[in-house]
Amino acid sequence: MGELRYIRAITEALREEMSRDERVFVIGEDVGLSGGAFSATRGLLEEFGEKRVRDTPISESAIVGLAVGAAAAGLRPVVEIMFMDFMTLCMDQVINQMAKISYMFGGQSKVPMVIRTPCGAGLNAGPQHSQCLEALFAHIPGLRVVMPSTPYDVKGLLKSSIRDDSPVIFVENKALHAISGEVPDGEYTIPLGKGEIKREGKDVTVVATSRMVHQSLVAAEELEQEGIHIEVIDPRTINPLDKGIILTSVEKTSRLVIVHEAVKAFGIGAEISAMVCEENIDSLDAPIIRVGAPFTPIPFSVENAYLPGAQDIINAVHRVMDGI
Amino acid sequence: MDTKKDELIKMYTAMVKIRRVEERLMEVFATGVIPGFIHVSIGQEGVAVGVCSALRKDDYITNTHRGHGQAIAKGIDLKGFIAEIYGKRNGVCKGRSGSMHIADKASGILGSNGIVGGGIPLAMGNAFASQYLNDGRVTVCFFGDGASNEGTFHESLNLASLWNLPIMFCCENNEWAQFTPIEKYIRIEEISKRAAAYGMPGISVDGDDILAVYDAAKKAVNRARKGKGPTLIECKTHRWFGHFAGDKQKYRSPEEIEIVRQYDPIQRFQKRLAELNILDEKDIDSIEQRIRWEIEQAVKFAEESPSPEPSELFDDVYGEEK
Repeated sequence: MGELRYIRAITEALREEMSRDERVFVIGEDVGLSGGAFSATRGLLEEFGEKRVRDTPISESAIVGLAVGAAAAGLRPVVEIMFMDFMTLCMDQVINQMAKISYMFGGQSKVPMVIRTPCGAGLNAGPQHSQCLEALFAHIPGLRVVMPSTPYDVKGLLKSSIRDDSPVIFVENKALHAISGEVPDGEYTIPLGKGEIKREGKDVTVVATSRMVHQSLVAAEELEQEGIHIEVIDPRTINPLDKGIILTSVEKTSRLVIVHEAVKAFGIGAEISAMVCEENIDSLDAPIIRVGAPFTPIPFSVENAYLPGAQDIINAVHRVMDGI
Repeated sequence: MDTKKDELIKMYTAMVKIRRVEERLMEVFATGVIPGFIHVSIGQEGVAVGVCSALRKDDYITNTHRGHGQAIAKGIDLKGFIAEIYGKRNGVCKGRSGSMHIADKASGILGSNGIVGGGIPLAMGNAFASQYLNDGRVTVCFFGDGASNEGTFHESLNLASLWNLPIMFCCENNEWAQFTPIEKYIRIEEISKRAAAYGMPGISVDGDDILAVYDAAKKAVNRARKGKGPTLIECKTHRWFGHFAGDKQKYRSPEEIEIVRQYDPIQRFQKRLAELNILDEKDIDSIEQRIRWEIEQAVKFAEESPSPEPSELFDDVYGEEK
């Protein structure tokens, strides 16, 4: 067991899967020579060569489409789309091709591929380099959406995503790239669709994704001083969603706060909220509160005013504890 | 009978088969038994057959929404094909694709596409896999003149050329992008000239002359198979009918609709074969009869096939059921 940074845990997962399976290759803008805009693919070109580590032109549709065609013909591509905002440049290939081929062709071709893409604000990268667009993709049948929050999770989930026979949108968070955490030395995977309780508590269930897991854990420490014990749940994958872990927790706490970095409106918080109401509204003693970003583009210079943080989570927890 | 003669008759038969299948499909479509809509390729048979005759059985194609001809030319089983167009369970895609998105991996058809230009990057991916696996296969990517204005065309030609992928890009130029004539969307006379911008050879051929198409395709396919990279071939052809079956073509002059029929690739090839003493009236009749019998068998199969069960709705949404 050793400490590993989130970004290096990604590199390790890629290296292990490329060693394990000749069909796995990495493709994207700057992934080879430079080792990736965020260095996720550092060292892979030297180790695996140009055949399996492919620098491309700036042509997102061609990159993703090539990967889809290659996957349908038997390979297992891992694409890097440098910023999640750039996913908009390949939406036909993602939504009409990648997500539809298995179903539309009657299961003749599987599309076992992963698109890794970093989301998130915090680098003052502005409105076109900071968005969290996971809800767009979670809305599309045929896609899996994975959103890991820790080095341990990112490695285990990336390995599972590469081995999965369905297309996966693998959403990293730029602000998490530098964090460190425990990662075991040996082989392990984390199944898609299995959430984790990041901190146990009895008073309020806080479902948080990606970077917001860490903000929720900070909030938990402060709330503990007040005698409020929140249970922090990280679904880890958005689709498939581990409904069971959320419902079981709400059954225990009777109160639910949902936190994500994406804008609050029409986000996955609404989906989780509706799911809990449909499945077991009787378990709730208070209305569900969502915490998310305001409904604006991401500002260049005042990100802290924009980003949801620990204080917003504390406020939301107070509201559900008061029954509003 | 020498191989050459054999092959020519096979090519002629495939063209007639496409024509008769699509005529029959239009007939049944008009009665309302086929769901959705169909796009027929009548008049363009020379391109589909000329190109696919230059391919091996294990080579790949991706085709377009007007893709019946390409699928038949590549050797799709007619029963599974027509049952698919009927939306039936025994269709080659279990009744999920209909006319517009047919795929048949067994005959190397990795998929037709409902999105104009959507299949171009996918074809490049098929070719990439062949290069990666060194399996010796070549991919032909069919698309139309309209698709050559999509970004995917330009992105893909650049990348395929850069990586010397074993692919041939086949632009079927029928001079219509849905309801709009070509002079309204392309300035240049020959779409093949666009190849120069990506550092690959590009040629334009008479798409209604099947042997011209075949010769050009053969060269491009050989070149691709030898690892020398892609070629863009523009096949200039003609769309006899509307964009979709039942399209009244009010946007098109009656004169033009008549004139395009003079380019009939089947008549031209038939005449050529007759001159070469390869085909006589008796052969033509027997080919027609055989094809009609095969089509009727397939239509019967489609009509008698069950519809998909509602319980199958969730099958194959994901690669593996979780």
